[in-house]
Amino acid sequence: MRFSALRVLKEGLTGNKGWTPHWRDPQPKDEYDIVIIGGGGHGLSTAYYLAKNHGLRNIAVLEKGYLGGGNVGRNTTIVRANYFLQGNSEFYSHSLKLWENLEEDLNYNVMHSQRGLINLFHSDGQRDAFVRRGNSMVNQGDDAILLDREGVREHLPYLDFEQTRFPIYGGLYHPRGGTARHDAVAWGYARGADERGVDLIQNCEVTGIDIENGKVKGVQTTRGAIKAKKVGIVVAGRSGQVAAMAGMRLPIESHVLQAFVTEGLKPVIDHVVSFGMGHFYISQSDKGGLVFGGDLDFYSSYASRGNLPMKEHVMEAGMTLMPMIGKAKVLRSWGGIMDMTPDGSPIIDKTDIDGLYIDCGWCYGGFKAVPGSGFSFAHLMATDNHHAPAAKYRLDRFRTGYGLMDEEGTGSQHNLH
Amino acid sequence: MRLPCPICGERDRREFYYQGEAVALDRPAPDADERAWDDYLHNRDNPAGETRDLWYHDGGCGSWLVVHRNTITHEVYSAELARDVKGRMK
Ligand SMILES: Cc1cc2nc3c(=O)[nH]c(=O)nc-3n(C[C@H](O)[C@H](O)[C@H](O)COP(=O)(O)OP(=O)(O)OC[C@H]3O[C@@H](n4cnc5c(N)ncnc54)[C@H](O)[C@@H]3O)c2cc1C
Ligand SMILES: [Zn+2]
Repeated sequence: MRFSALRVLKEGLTGNKGWTPHWRDPQPKDEYDIVIIGGGGHGLSTAYYLAKNHGLRNIAVLEKGYLGGGNVGRNTTIVRANYFLQGNSEFYSHSLKLWENLEEDLNYNVMHSQRGLINLFHSDGQRDAFVRRGNSMVNQGDDAILLDREGVREHLPYLDFEQTRFPIYGGLYHPRGGTARHDAVAWGYARGADERGVDLIQNCEVTGIDIENGKVKGVQTTRGAIKAKKVGIVVAGRSGQVAAMAGMRLPIESHVLQAFVTEGLKPVIDHVVSFGMGHFYISQSDKGGLVFGGDLDFYSSYASRGNLPMKEHVMEAGMTLMPMIGKAKVLRSWGGIMDMTPDGSPIIDKTDIDGLYIDCGWCYGGFKAVPGSGFSFAHLMATDNHHAPAAKYRLDRFRTGYGLMDEEGTGSQHNLH
Repeated sequence: MRLPCPICGERDRREFYYQGEAVALDRPAPDADERAWDDYLHNRDNPAGETRDLWYHDGGCGSWLVVHRNTITHEVYSAELARDVKGRMK
């Protein structure tokens, strides 16, 4: 089934009776060439690119719940390529280019909206840091424009520019940054993978990984044993548990990150606004809700909800930046489990076990990475070679100390990102 | 979440700084190999369920605590002074 304007029109006029399910609900087979553990954004995009770019077909994605029920359906949907360090910069640049062609590629409306992202700064020192970041983005071939206070005012007249604590000096404007519809990204990749023959198996929790003589043989699941030549672990916040099934301990701590949404309002915030000093960022969804969030709760957690101190902090930051937000009613808040690495950068690598690969450590920034991560991880799993844009995401960088990517410059240590 | 500091009593989570899994109580010998240090510094059990982690009572008595809690339910079972826990390990 292909989507087109004509088809939407036709279905609209005929009672929408012609739409079919977007993917099959197959029984797991006894054996696959490749098993992907985890049906989040990264697992689904990996399966899609394995099929599309590498012509592999005998693939299953095993998801313990339902597709898109993890972080991919819980995040605040910001898509950007404004990273500074080599390693990150080329990866996110590649991922953004994939985003820009994603809807055509998937024939699916993921509502990717390049509405522009503005990172605010509040001191001369912070301006210098953003100039440097902007130059690095431009050198990578991406877009960055330095705005002074009046420049920011033209875009975001509703901010409180004169506030005493963090008066606004200007912003770094990334016009190609924006948002997308998170569920649609999962669904689009799921549909694309399914169309190419990938079995998407839901309600199928992996409970063990079978390894013989240092080589992976398959997995144990709540729906029986499944043999596989290659297995990819792509389970975000649950990486620690699944890796433990293969006897591995990862450089990962799982933390909860909260987000909030207000009642639907008329269009009022046209951009993504990031207020780093207050650990606050906001955008408006196409439904009209103001979607915003802040920092981690800052202690390890697997609860998909957070605690009150961070809620209070986020609300205070919002009020400081844009007092008008006080008129909006918060409808809901929720949390997702973040796979935090010591240096705040991800891992796309082989493991010491033959045939076992891992893609994890996306911290709070893995939504924008969904296309790039799937593309590069599929490349690694299919060819056993690292894909250039993701070649620096090595698992052993913590042990060797070589190639750490501490984007925030806070130190490569748990609990600092 | 409130943590029961053995010295100050039950206090709001905001008074505490979170350090992480209580591995810091078991520091490798200075000449231990690279893997031991990697394990100590970076690798974590990261349990879903019961955990013991280190918290510093920054806004209170300034003690390091080992907190026994649950990462799924946020239930806090107990907190002990880290020096007492460390003393028992010897
Ligand atoms: C509140 C919040 C806001 C965020 N905002 C942004 C943002 O604005 N921009 C951005 O780029 N990123 C953001 N992120 C981060 C982003 O959502 C994640 O980094 C990314 O979604 C993680 O990858 P994933 O989609 O594959 O994870 P998930 O969707 O969590 O997928 C992992 C899947 O693995 C499954 N699984 C786990 N264990 C097993 C098992 N044993 N067997 C089978 N399946 C298993 C899970 O059920 C889950 O479906 C945010 C996250 C949160 C929580
Ligand atoms: Zn105390």
